Amino acid sequence: MSYPSLLAETVTFTGHNGDRGEAYYARPTRAEKFPGIVVVHHLPGWDEWIIEVVRKFAHHGFAAISPHLYFRNGPGSPDDVGARVRASGGVPDDQVVGDVAGAMAFLRAQANANGKVAIIGFCSGGRHAYLCACCIDNVDAVVDCWGGNVIVDDKTQLNAKRPVAPIDLTENLRAPLLGLFGNDDQNPTPEHVNRTEAVLRRLGKNYEFHRYPDAGHAFFNTKRTAFRAEQAADGWAKIFAFLRKHLAA
Amino acid sequence: MCSYIVEKTAVSGSAKGPNGWMRIDTANVYFDHPYHAPLDHALAIDFVCEADGANERVAVELSADSARALVKNILAALTSGEGAHAA
Repeated sequence: MSYPSLLAETVTFTGHNGDRGEAYYARPTRAEKFPGIVVVHHLPGWDEWIIEVVRKFAHHGFAAISPHLYFRNGPGSPDDVGARVRASGGVPDDQVVGDVAGAMAFLRAQANANGKVAIIGFCSGGRHAYLCACCIDNVDAVVDCWGGNVIVDDKTQLNAKRPVAPIDLTENLRAPLLGLFGNDDQNPTPEHVNRTEAVLRRLGKNYEFHRYPDAGHAFFNTKRTAFRAEQAADGWAKIFAFLRKHLAA
Repeated sequence: MCSYIVEKTAVSGSAKGPNGWMRIDTANVYFDHPYHAPLDHALAIDFVCEADGANERVAVELSADSARALVKNILAALTSGEGAHAA
């Protein structure tokens, strides 16, 4: 079932440390209860594609929100702010966790909420989604789309902003996890995906991984040559099936 | 992949952005997902003035091949230009 009649707007949410920032929020207009989903953007920033993804979720019957994780680093357009954040080494993991938890609280506070909330992230946002699901208690489902650096072999890459590799927090993961990956991806490599799966299996976690041939990184992104129509269509179908299974009220 | 790797170069000069000319002191160079160019990865250069707060930037996103061609021609222009001015 689709919900082409939807409302989409920029809203203010309360994130980490009580800081108030902007987020993009879309939901069906129909007077029903809907599951929620937090959409985590990739490192370049809060771009047009991630905004489109928020509306896509609303179209498919979710109340979706994407917090602008760089709102503290303004003013400026999202691309300029993203460049500024990149030059300063990214945003701290604990701040992202606080912002995502705040966006989840925003969704649960809405009159249309069915109470269930998932997290999905793409690229570095996939890593953030995995991290958040290990750090936030009340996550009902999580989707990691090709998040790189979940495993960190070179520990010199860990720093004050990213002090722990998410894989080392997997014990704390309680939400069911869906992972989508391209077999031609360089980060995460298929070997990293296999090692992540081995940890999930060893710890008895509820997960499903899907690996796609002839697909690299960001194969959902219609604005890039990496887009793979067939694999992306299957991936979206798996995402919606997974979320409907785990977010039913 | 999303990479946090940024090569910072101290530069001296000016750049023209949406608000006109500004002095610059830094070029941030990285190879990652572009914001605008329809490429999977792009060589990006952000020219900023950190001394002025880096609130503005002049940005380019180039394909890897064209970035390499640019590097070659920057060096060629410097060699021929400096040679001509020294003559």
